[in-house]
This record gives sequence, structure tokens and C-alpha cells, in this order.
Amino acid sequence: MEMDKLSVVTSFLHNIVVYNIPLLYGTAGEILVEKSGSLNLGVEGIMAVGAIFGYICGCYANSLLVGIAVAFLAGALCGLLFSVLTVTLQANQNITGLTLTTFGLGVYFFVGNGLKASGWPVMGNFSNIMAGFSNVAIPGLSKIPLLGHGLFNHNVLVYLGIAIAVAMWWYLNKTTPGLRLRAVGENPAAADSVGINVTWTKYLHICIGCGIMGIGGYYMGLNMSGSFNSNCWINGYGWIAVALVIFANWNPAMAILGTFVFGFFNTLRVSGSSLAAAFPSVLGFLGDIPTQLYQALPFIITAIVLVVTSIRSRKSSGLPAALGINYFREER
Amino acid sequence: MKKILALVMAMVLVLGLVACGETGAAGSNEEGLSAQTLKVGAIYINSKNDTAGYTFAHHSGITAAMKELGMDTEKQLFIVDEVPEKKDDVLAAVDTLVGNGVNIIFGISFGYIDAMEEAAAEYPNVIFSHGTGYKSNETNFNNYFGRAYQARYLAGIAAGLKSLELGNNNVGYVAAHTTDYAETASGINGFALGVQAANPNAKIYVKNLNNWADEVNEKAYAEELINSYNCGVISQHCDSAQPQIAAQTAGVFGCGYNSDMTPDAPKAHLTAAIWNWNVYYRTAMEAAIKAGTADKFVATMGTSAYYGGLKEGFVDVSPLSENCAENTDKAIKAVKELIISGEWDVFTGVKLEIAADGTVTQKDAALESNGFQHKDGDFKVPMENVEVVAAGGASVEDGVITGTMNYLVAGVEEV
Repeated sequence: MEMDKLSVVTSFLHNIVVYNIPLLYGTAGEILVEKSGSLNLGVEGIMAVGAIFGYICGCYANSLLVGIAVAFLAGALCGLLFSVLTVTLQANQNITGLTLTTFGLGVYFFVGNGLKASGWPVMGNFSNIMAGFSNVAIPGLSKIPLLGHGLFNHNVLVYLGIAIAVAMWWYLNKTTPGLRLRAVGENPAAADSVGINVTWTKYLHICIGCGIMGIGGYYMGLNMSGSFNSNCWINGYGWIAVALVIFANWNPAMAILGTFVFGFFNTLRVSGSSLAAAFPSVLGFLGDIPTQLYQALPFIITAIVLVVTSIRSRKSSGLPAALGINYFREER
Repeated sequence: MKKILALVMAMVLVLGLVACGETGAAGSNEEGLSAQTLKVGAIYINSKNDTAGYTFAHHSGITAAMKELGMDTEKQLFIVDEVPEKKDDVLAAVDTLVGNGVNIIFGISFGYIDAMEEAAAEYPNVIFSHGTGYKSNETNFNNYFGRAYQARYLAGIAAGLKSLELGNNNVGYVAAHTTDYAETASGINGFALGVQAANPNAKIYVKNLNNWADEVNEKAYAEELINSYNCGVISQHCDSAQPQIAAQTAGVFGCGYNSDMTPDAPKAHLTAAIWNWNVYYRTAMEAAIKAGTADKFVATMGTSAYYGGLKEGFVDVSPLSENCAENTDKAIKAVKELIISGEWDVFTGVKLEIAADGTVTQKDAALESNGFQHKDGDFKVPMENVEVVAAGGASVEDGVITGTMNYLVAGVEEV
């Protein structure tokens, strides 16, 4: 059939952003957590908890802002749990993170199934949520042909995600508290010796990071139109976010790029055949690639990037030196 | 002396176990079965607490059937849920249920097939009934599935008439799988033939998820079919209502699957092809009671492969919404009667022509594929002979519809 070339490309670009922004929230949140020297593998579960509480409370209050706030708080509470267990009680970070995933998904289904049995809030009935989540075109930029609608006509949570990532980059690299945080992640003993409160720094940033993940989960719920089924909304995005942290080299600004590179390959699966049909001479080959390969592609790309980043010299790596190691003051 | 004592004690233990086993096995069958004494076991792929999806549909069917028969679901139903499609896990679930003393075990997922076969041989006193599979024996092991393609044909009519009303011949279909499973291929074909009966110029664009449950992409695929392929009606073979919600957001229409999706997308949904699982579960439980002993179950059922359709009420379409085009109800009713009476079926050399006023006429015409088939993992192997059934010919065999249908009919394009 004759395809509208312009609209195929535009919807491809639009989809890259719309479906992959939760990865940015997850990745940015995890970067903040890891910069404090804590490896939190519970992203998937934390996003699920943020999603379910954010969605329900946002609907009942009929306010997107309440939803975002509750999602943040719910995520931050998971972060608090993680902090108490790993920072204060010195539990193994890997195990605690994995447990948090199981716990978070359990809470998600427990609350969701319970509420569905008694009366699920249908997103379409809450006008403020619908209006709040609808697209807001950026004046001027959204008028650019081809790119305008694809990149500059999105809901506020997309812009918020980008803003959080940029602000975090500034915070980590240009401010004193950001410098202190990085010091704690690199060498908590040294940071402690110059008077930085290691425990407080870790608690604060783990909670904020997890809160950001929670907002990402809320976004997923809204993007799924709040339709609760036997699958979790997060759908594995939390795990991809953990990998994207390494992809982004612990740099929140790079996380934006990483999200869209990953999103590009992720979305090829959806739009590949349309692009092939619209541009048969140039992109015709996309139509012959089997779905299975499209499904695997983002993960193949991730694997390649992980190999490349691990070859890269240690000097340029953003990996916090004390990542994953609990800091026990008495052992200094 | 100690060694001998230990040996004796071990012997006593073993003998004791054997004795227990024998009494246990005999006890469950000698007294006749009734609705009050029948114990039902179920093995689910997902959680029994689900509120939507495949396991939910089966669980609702089993509990509804038990209530129809006046049974107590608290005391007479035993469930092992979240059992993956691995032989050892399924066999362990079977052992648990047999330990609970159940008379009949329903396994709902296709991948349980080998374990169910093995268990049926191991426990001849228990009935094994396997959903969507194809294995069975002559006594205590059967399989069950339904003619979903008949319901899909009816939904296709609603979609076809709607496409005529919209003046848009493009119809989209979000599919969990395509020609790699006969279940999905026959569903797509049934739907497509229904669409074409109402709108002969319609083109059906199918997008393959390659996954039985992938909510995020179910939505993304539907949006892609609407935006890039300009589809005005979206049908689906997947669990979630995302394609219907996407249709509503975009201002187009759709046909759901598994359950009535009108509440999910009141402005877009036309009708859904649905399963009434309780119809089979009730039939099977009644047969189990009537048979008395497990070895007579298949004989009581009359067949080892239950394959119910519109006639049995096993599949159907959900009530038509007000979004449907004019005369949809009239056309669907007429075709339903043709199928139920046995006068006509979907995959035959006779095609139906549905006029805009809803009248149905029959016309001899060959059933043709779109020229490709799925073979050895390759989706696009050209077919030498695209004619599947000659004009006026009899229906494709049931075994093909459930097991080997690996092509899509003419007018369907996989994108």
C-alpha cells in the first residue's frame, strides 16, 4: 500500500520517546543511587510500587501532580527500606536489591488485584489526569517539519524526565553536595575523614533516586492507560535501566542519549515494516528481518555496549570505586 | 543385630507405604461419584488471583461450572497455580493434586502436554483433561479446545460492515503469533473471511508480536497499524485490551478477544470473540460423575478431543455495542444460524456474501491462501498451490484447523 512517508517517520520518532522515557527515569534514579556507592538491583520492583500507588492515588485525587508526588514518595519509601537494610544493617546490596524486586512486584499485584476485585479506577474517567497526560507542544520547536511532532510534542512527564536528567548532571558535576556525593561513592572512608556524613548522604540520595524511579513507574501506568492485567506495567524496563546505567557511564546526560539509542532499536520492532514499506529502496531490508531478531536487537546492542565500555580504560569510567561495598565505620 | 533390626523396620515402612498407597487409590473410586463428592483439581499457568487474562478466564469457567452443578468451590476445588511449562513442575503439581484426592485434573496450558500424558499413565484412577493440546488416550486422558474461528468470523462481519461504513478498507490485527501456530492462523483466517464476506475489498494487515503476553507492544502495534497503515478497525489475538484502548484514543474502532472489551473502550469496541469455558468444564465434570471411574471418562465424553463451537455455546461473540454499523446484528444472527445448523462452516469452498442490508447469500468460491506458508521456522515459504479448498469443496479438516494450518488466506498481509 502507499504509505504517508512523513507520518511514518514522525510516528517512529514519537514512539521512540513515548515508550522509552520510563527507562530514563529508571536510569537517572539508579545513577544517583549508585553514585552514593550503593548498587540497587530493585529498580523493577520500585518502579512497580511507584506505578501502582501513584496511579491509584492520582486517580482518586484526580490530579496528575498528586500522582507524581505519591509515586515519588512510594519509590522513596522503598529506597528507605533499602537504605535501612544495606546502610544501617549492612545487608548484602545485591541480595537486598533482588529481594526488593520480588517485594515490589508482589505489592503491585496484591494492591492491584485487590482493588480490581472491588472497583478499579478507569483512567478515562478522570479528566484532570487525561488532560495532564495529554501532549503539550513546545511553541516554535514543534513546528519543525518531520522532527517537530516526533520530538517536541509530548506529555509533561517526558519533559520532566529530561529536566531531571539534566538537573542531575549539573548537580553531580557543578555543585558541592554533588561533589560530596561522588566522594562518598568513590571512597567513603576518605569522605568520612573530611567530615562528610556518609550515612546521611547515602540515605538521602538512595531515597531520592528511588523516588525518581517511582515516577518512571507511574509514567508506565499512565502510558498503559491504567489498564490493569495479569502482566506488570513495568514489563522488564527496570532491568534494562540497570544496564543503561553502565551504557551511560554513570552520567545522567549520557543517560538521555542511551535511552534514545536503546529506544531506537526497541521501536524498530514496531515500526520496521512500516519504514520498509514507506522507503522500499533504502529501508526495504527492514521488512525482511524476522520479529525474533527485532526482539533481541536492543539486548544485543546492550551487550555490545557493555563489552565496549568494559574495554574502555579505567580512567574515563564513571564507575564509583566503592560501588556495592557496604561502608562500616568501625572497620576504617 | 542392629542391622537386622534396621532392615526389618525399613521393610515394615516400605510395606506400610505400599499398603497406604493401595487403600488411597482404591478409596477414591469404589463409591460412586456425585456432584457432592467429585473433587476437581486445576493446574494454572498464572495466578488464580488474576483479575484478567488467560488463567482468569479458565478459573472463572471452572468455578462457574461448579456453581452450576451445585458444588462447593471452597472444599471441592484444589488448585496449583503459577506452574511453568516444565515437565517436572507439572508432575509435582499433579502429585500434589492426587495427594488431595482429586478425581479430575484440568491442565490449562499447551506446554503441559507431555507431563499430562505421563501422569495419565501413572495415575489411571484420575482423569486428566488438557486444554489446547492434541494428545489423549482411550480411557482417562482427553484434550479440549474450541472453534474460536467461528466466533472470529462473526466478529469479522462486524468489522467488515464497519469498514464499509467508514469507507476505509484497511483493517488491522494485532496477533500474538501468526502462521507458526494453527490456533492463531485459524483465528486470523476466520476473522479475515468474515471481514471479506461483508467487504470484499478489505485488506487485513497483521502484526506479529511473537509473544503471548506483551502489553506494551500490544498497544504500540495497534497504534502503528492505525497511524502508518491507516487502519479503521483493529482486531486482536492477545489478552489485554490495549489495542482497543489505542483504537479509542485514535478515534477508530476495534474487535476484542477473550472477554467483552466494551467497558475498556466504550467508544471504539464493536464486539469480541469470546470463550465460555464453563460450557466445557461443566460437560467434563458431568461426564466424570456419570462415568464413575476414570477409565470410562473418554467413552462417556464420546471423544478424546472435545472441540466445541458456536453450536455448543463454547465460543460466541459478546453483545454488539452501539458502535456497530447498521444491520450488523441481523447479518451475524443469520450466519450464526447457518453455522449452528451445520449447513455451512467457515473454511469451506462456499463463501458468504453479506449485503449492506444484512442479507446473506452463499456462493461457491475456492478458499485461497495468500501464497505463503510457515515451514521449518521460515514464515515466507511460497506455496505451490494457493487453492486450499476448491470451489464448492468440503471444509478443511478439524485436525488441520487445530494442528497444521500454517498459511493465511488471500487478502491478509503480514507486516
